[in-house]
Amino acid sequence: MARRLLSSLGQFLATLLVATALIFVMLRVMPGDPAVVALGINATPEALAQWRAEYGTDQSLAVQYLQWMGGLVRGDFGMSYVTSQDLSPLIADRVQVTLILVGLSMVVALLVAVPLGVLAAVRHRHPSGVALAGISQVGVAVPNFLVGVLLVAVFAVHLGWFPSGGWVAPADDPVQFLRRLVLPVIALGSVQAAIITRYVRSAVLEIMREDFLRTARAKGLTKGAALVRHGLRNAGVPVVTIVGVQLAAMLIGSVVIERVFVIPGLGSLLVDSVGNRDLLAVQAIVAVLVLLVIVINLLVDLAYTVLDPRLRKAA
Amino acid sequence: MNAHTSRRALATTAAAAAAVLALSACSAGSSSGGSDAPSDAVVIGLTGEPVNLDFTTTSGAAIPQVVMNNVYEGLVTIDQEGELQPQLAESWAVSEDGTVYDFALHDGVTFSDGEDFTAADAVFSIERVQSDAWLNGTKSKMDVVESVEAVSDTELRVTLSRPSNAWLFDMGTYVGAMFSETGVDDLATKPIGTGPYTVESFVSGDRITLAGRDDYWGEEPDITDVTLRYFADAVASTNALRSGDVDMVYNMQAPDLMGQFESDEAFQVIEGTSNGEILLSMNNTVAPFDDVRVRQAVMYAIDRRAVIDAAWAGYGTEIGAMVAPTDPYYEDLTDLYPYDPEKARELLAEAGAENISITFDVPTRPYATAVSEIVVSQLAEVGIDASIQSSEFPAVWLDKVFTQADYQMSVILAVEARDVLATFNNPDYYIGYDNSKIADQVIAADSGTPEEYVSGMKEVVRTITEDAASDVLFLFPNLVVAKAELGGIAANAVTESLVLSGLTWTD
Repeated sequence: MARRLLSSLGQFLATLLVATALIFVMLRVMPGDPAVVALGINATPEALAQWRAEYGTDQSLAVQYLQWMGGLVRGDFGMSYVTSQDLSPLIADRVQVTLILVGLSMVVALLVAVPLGVLAAVRHRHPSGVALAGISQVGVAVPNFLVGVLLVAVFAVHLGWFPSGGWVAPADDPVQFLRRLVLPVIALGSVQAAIITRYVRSAVLEIMREDFLRTARAKGLTKGAALVRHGLRNAGVPVVTIVGVQLAAMLIGSVVIERVFVIPGLGSLLVDSVGNRDLLAVQAIVAVLVLLVIVINLLVDLAYTVLDPRLRKAA
Repeated sequence: MNAHTSRRALATTAAAAAAVLALSACSAGSSSGGSDAPSDAVVIGLTGEPVNLDFTTTSGAAIPQVVMNNVYEGLVTIDQEGELQPQLAESWAVSEDGTVYDFALHDGVTFSDGEDFTAADAVFSIERVQSDAWLNGTKSKMDVVESVEAVSDTELRVTLSRPSNAWLFDMGTYVGAMFSETGVDDLATKPIGTGPYTVESFVSGDRITLAGRDDYWGEEPDITDVTLRYFADAVASTNALRSGDVDMVYNMQAPDLMGQFESDEAFQVIEGTSNGEILLSMNNTVAPFDDVRVRQAVMYAIDRRAVIDAAWAGYGTEIGAMVAPTDPYYEDLTDLYPYDPEKARELLAEAGAENISITFDVPTRPYATAVSEIVVSQLAEVGIDASIQSSEFPAVWLDKVFTQADYQMSVILAVEARDVLATFNNPDYYIGYDNSKIADQVIAADSGTPEEYVSGMKEVVRTITEDAASDVLFLFPNLVVAKAELGGIAANAVTESLVLSGLTWTD
């Protein structure tokens, strides 16, 4: 187990190193001078030079990279090119927002998808099961921003039940916080629910053909009881895999929902920072996203060993 | 285990469902927003969030939009008709030779940090523009100031190196903002000025809130609680207006969405003027646009009314040159190049430029993409094959088109006030217009009497337009949609500033 942890940690650091090096180089290759973006069309050459000296963009790439990595090791993301503020508190704020949005959406998606997927599998020959499978197929095909736009049109603009967007911190006003989250969570969660439903359905269908389930039925358990007792846990492995993959995708993909609902999350900060050529901010956000994705993968690995004792031995 | 687990799961699901129902029920019962908000509060939807609040080191109109006339004030200000008005200066006198300005300052004015505003602060503020502390390129507008001196606490004397008609107007924009000597430590987040509002909070990516000052020297505004919310997307901002989350959307960027509000009595739609010209730029230094006949052909080839109708839903004004109607030297030059594709083809034939191909760099902005399609189709009519190349704005466009002038044709919304000279009276600018014909005329006009200034500038602008230095497609409208009960909206964007202090709820 200790060796497994060590090798995970090694992988983790190697991934982080490669990812930060890649993003650093890619951002420097991108056209657009941060000084010109910051100072605008009337800036004099002297002012531009002064700006570059102040923010260190006139130094060689190697020096810039080492300075940045040195800061990262100390947990310091550096100073934003455009706000001259420390990036760490800003990014911490934005990460919270995105994690709340993505986390709640995933919880809602699972609450919907697991029962529906099992139902669709158990009744796969029944019209209701076929209908569920069909609906989830349609759900997979609909992009979440379209769901978002439709939800806003109907429930915010037309019916006026919910606000059309915006963000209120839970500490400021819990009720407003929840009201503003309802539509974005449905928009982000419903598409995930459709995807996960399909995985749950096929995983359960697979399990239902297994010998051990037939044995359980032969022992006298009902179809439902056999499935709950022996089936769901086995169906869990592929479902956990897809939840991990989708969580990672949602972290990055939430940028679209953040735009539609005007939510100040990590994704909208990333888009703004790329636009402003706030290179340090982009690097920091990408580093945080890479970190989160790696953590999710670690958790998925852990979940496998909890769900399937055979994997524990293999380790 | 099984029966027990499923019962618990059922209970959890039921509780969650009940919570969701309760939530939607309570929201269904409550009204949907701002209409019964307190009468001293307003929420305004804007596009283009400022990255910080320090216009001395950061460019862009978004910062002065928020802080000028609201947080900061100048000695003078520009009113809704584009006229100069006193602000922190009660009055001023100009010496006969036009180089010495004596300002009488208001007494009893304080900054929001409690310090008194005196002539020493004015000296500090003007000299600061000339110092290295100011990085924003607009600092050149203060170059003409030779010396500035506090005669007493309320008397300020500014000496110019030569007479200048433009200088006092510029003092009404953010270049003339008055800072406190002790209040410039954190301009990016805590601006300190003499204006009626202070910045209460700045949540990046979301909103800025302003609060009215109790100790403001002038008339206190009706609305003391202002929230500015920023929308990256015009549809999201109109949705927020419809659902009652905002009370006004200022400088709307999606004219197609205006129709739904014009037919609705709960809303008012205002088309204000602005200083923004949609400029179809042609690189005067490279082929084919180094030939004046080709540029003139483009001027004749484009039906500006059709561009306005197709690209911006009919909102916008034909002006014919890069001068806004609110400027003193405005002249209607739309007749200089009427829509005449036949004449365009003749000019192209004369220049030996029939059936040419050009590249058209289009910045990624709604107005630019909207305008580019119709311009391309009109150019095709006269035998110019323009292929669109998208340039990310601002980063790539500034780098490629603006800084390196590596382009043939582009289009941009030029938002600065009185920017015709900055654009054309500089051969190194990306337009590359040969200014030898106008350079002397410009200095003569700026140094002359106000009458000579107006007539001289009209002459300069006419020369630039006859040379077809670039095609001004139209004056960008400042579209405002607001709840019908909101009054005192400063809809004319004559400077970058959005003046908030006049806002009031009627009835």
